Amino acid sequence: MLPFSTKETLMNSPKLDPVEAHALPSQVVKADEPILVAAAKNGDISAFETLVGRYERKIFRLTQNITQNREDAEDAMQEAFLKAFQHLGEFQGNSRFYTWLVRIAVNQALMKLRKRRPNQVSLDEEIDTGEDMMPRDVEDWGPSPQQRYEQTELSEILGKVIGELESPFRIVFQLRDIEEMSTEETAEALGLSVPAVKSRLLRARLKLRQKLNQYFKQGGTREVQKNH
Amino acid sequence: MKCKKIINELADYLDESLDPILRTSIEEHLGNCKDCRVVVDTTKQTIEIFCNSEPAPLPLTTRQRLHEALAKHLRHIRA
Repeated sequence: MLPFSTKETLMNSPKLDPVEAHALPSQVVKADEPILVAAAKNGDISAFETLVGRYERKIFRLTQNITQNREDAEDAMQEAFLKAFQHLGEFQGNSRFYTWLVRIAVNQALMKLRKRRPNQVSLDEEIDTGEDMMPRDVEDWGPSPQQRYEQTELSEILGKVIGELESPFRIVFQLRDIEEMSTEETAEALGLSVPAVKSRLLRARLKLRQKLNQYFKQGGTREVQKNH
Repeated sequence: MKCKKIINELADYLDESLDPILRTSIEEHLGNCKDCRVVVDTTKQTIEIFCNSEPAPLPLTTRQRLHEALAKHLRHIRA
């Protein structure tokens, strides 16, 4: 089902009951976003450039986490912003602009990934995640373990550990837990069933927990390897 | 309830999308099983750390290339 359309009719996700909504914290969207989007739609390039400046870091992290290749990540980011500008007329404002932009960027990044690794397992293929998932290294991290690291060091750790995940798990985690797309939106974007998304998400979360354990377990900070 | 069942239900538990009866059973188990409690807590922290993390600044050359490309193409697209 990829690549998906930029048309907003496909961007609208099924409404979830409150109990099903993602319960974890989200970034606050600046209140002037609709004003900037409206101005950009009317041809105000500087308004669009303001939106680019606001989201370029997050979009680059997204494309980098999906492609795991800097050149592809840069190209996918550029193409996503250009495509968003081209198709702004189709954006009706029923969802957040950022959500719409993310969907475009995911699509561009997935195309790069498939082009570079055509023989890799297809992302929309059902894969067996049924092996034993019982966690090892059950050690408490204590409160706010991330505060033991500087911001840049923490970014480096997170980029490293997510890059070590296989792409089917990495991309589901990126969409579901970092971009906070719903399970249904993630399934639609990747051409997967909802149970497949849930299964991969559980596996991804447990793998990342395991990988972060070496940095965050109490009394167990580890020096970050440079130039990974 | 066994520890394996807790792991299998972990994603829905953390997303608060379990039915109340199953949720209560899990919470009873967590009250008595330190290992499961640690796994649930550290997995929740894993999600929060990623979700709340600020993306690194764009490398300077990446930012330059992006804005040069936008400057080149945006006016062309709009024209």
